[in-house]
Amino acid sequence: MHVDWFPLWLSLEVATAATLISLALGLWLAWLLANRDFPGKNFVDAITTLPLALPPTVLGYYLLVVIGRSSWIGRAWEAVTGTSLVFTWRAAVIASTLHAIPLLIKSSRAALESVDVACERAGRSLGASEWRLFWRVSLPLARRPIAAAAVLAFARSLGDFGATLMIAGDIPGRTQTAAIAIFDAVESGNTLAARVLVIVISILTAAVVLLANGLEKRRVSR
Amino acid sequence: MLRATLTKRFPAGPESAGFTLSVELEAAPGVTVLYGPSGSGKTLTLDTIAGFISADSGRILLNDRILYDSGAQVHLPPRDRNCGYVFQNYSLFPHMTVRANLAFAAHRLARLERHRRIAELLDRFRIADLAGRYPHELSGGQKQRASIARALIADPGVLLLDEPANGLDATLRDDLHSLILEIRQSVTIPIMLVTHNPEECFVLADQVLIYDGGTILHRAAPAELLRNPASAAVARLLGGFNIYEAEAIALDPGRQTSRLRMLDTEIDGPNLRGCFRGDRVTLCARPEELRIATRPGANRVRADLVRVTERPQSIRADFGKDLIVDTPRPEWPALREAGERDGWWVELPASSLRQIARSSSTSE
Repeated sequence: MHVDWFPLWLSLEVATAATLISLALGLWLAWLLANRDFPGKNFVDAITTLPLALPPTVLGYYLLVVIGRSSWIGRAWEAVTGTSLVFTWRAAVIASTLHAIPLLIKSSRAALESVDVACERAGRSLGASEWRLFWRVSLPLARRPIAAAAVLAFARSLGDFGATLMIAGDIPGRTQTAAIAIFDAVESGNTLAARVLVIVISILTAAVVLLANGLEKRRVSR
Repeated sequence: MLRATLTKRFPAGPESAGFTLSVELEAAPGVTVLYGPSGSGKTLTLDTIAGFISADSGRILLNDRILYDSGAQVHLPPRDRNCGYVFQNYSLFPHMTVRANLAFAAHRLARLERHRRIAELLDRFRIADLAGRYPHELSGGQKQRASIARALIADPGVLLLDEPANGLDATLRDDLHSLILEIRQSVTIPIMLVTHNPEECFVLADQVLIYDGGTILHRAAPAELLRNPASAAVARLLGGFNIYEAEAIALDPGRQTSRLRMLDTEIDGPNLRGCFRGDRVTLCARPEELRIATRPGANRVRADLVRVTERPQSIRADFGKDLIVDTPRPEWPALREAGERDGWWVELPASSLRQIARSSSTSE
């Protein structure tokens, strides 16, 4: 029998990249939402939640509009790199990031907001800048729930189907992620390949969820 | 020297009454105690000085440096105010050792200087052997010391302590008091301490600010406060005063005496200032200044013993009607025997009665 492992590796790579981007961007947004009052805060809050609620294909469509070859972002990307952004693994990363980031923002914001205010005040009165305070006090104190959220974000990135299909397409050996490969395999009657991928993905996801739960629990018992 | 004029208004919400802080204060090097009931604005004052909460208007000056000035739009962030703040629950960073906590606060110092300073403070606050421990491995008193050391490490211009004795038992409280007095000796910065324990006013303070309902009712040295609490409101807040309403029925400024009708009887009183015959006056006397008697006499009123409380240094007898008397322990057994046989009187010596303002006016 022959099982093509490429989609699985691609999925893992895409999910890793998406998680890292989500972490960087999501932590920043979460910090902003937790610590700052600014005009349009509710709007930012709503916008960052939207990907969670929208059907993935709708999300994918919007992405096509925003980063497609005829959009200015798409054109700028092509002008700089010489390749198009859509229908590449990079587009899959963008789709997965968008899929994963709402949860991460929500959990991280809650985690940052639950950090003892007095500790943060202590840090500030001891002369720490907001940057230093974040890295030395707030983040270490909120690290467990944030790590748990990052792990779940990884799981979500791993599973994205609709948005990825819309903007990265289903190009075997290039943009075909595990979720899409499973769909393809079932469609074409390749039950064996579908089963293997399903089992591997299930085990992976179960492990990830266990890890996330463990992280959450240790936080509670501390 | 710290000078502050502050107003801060919290509008009434659906579940809370409105609150307005409006204070003007000065704190010289030494201990200034902010005393008053919960919710009177003491901690809010500290938080506004430290910059955690911004005032609506006013001005805060620390050694001629402007920390806040609503007119000039100056509002330094907490990190630039150089205020050492000791929080009620210490707020040591739980994920750092004691040494790391101190190092965090000393990060602006050069490396060598930083190590020297950390070692110095660890030593001074007797926590050198705890330097490698995490806050959850420390006792309450040790956390307290670490937290004060951390607040002092960067040579702040003022030390702010928010109810530092809260939750400490009597022994630790005494330790804390000596520690604060030690600090007072060694650093020449204003130390501002919030408490609702009157004892701390008298043990620690060079100056006491009496807070009530968002304003400072009275400011005085503690000894002065005991001698003359200035107004009925201050006397009530401090507690431990018997407060009387009386009518001046005769005045003799020449002999510095007066005649008062109070407690349904007539007694000799002290010289009353700014008062005419027939005026109502408010007077106070401390429990240890009154005396228990077992036969009638001058300035004695008949009383019924309501309750007896044992206190560390004395016996407190409560005769109702604001007749609370502290008697030295050795005298009590004989008094009790005689009193139960012959009846009780309370003597209010004219010198113990002090005229105070009836309303809650501020005395400057």
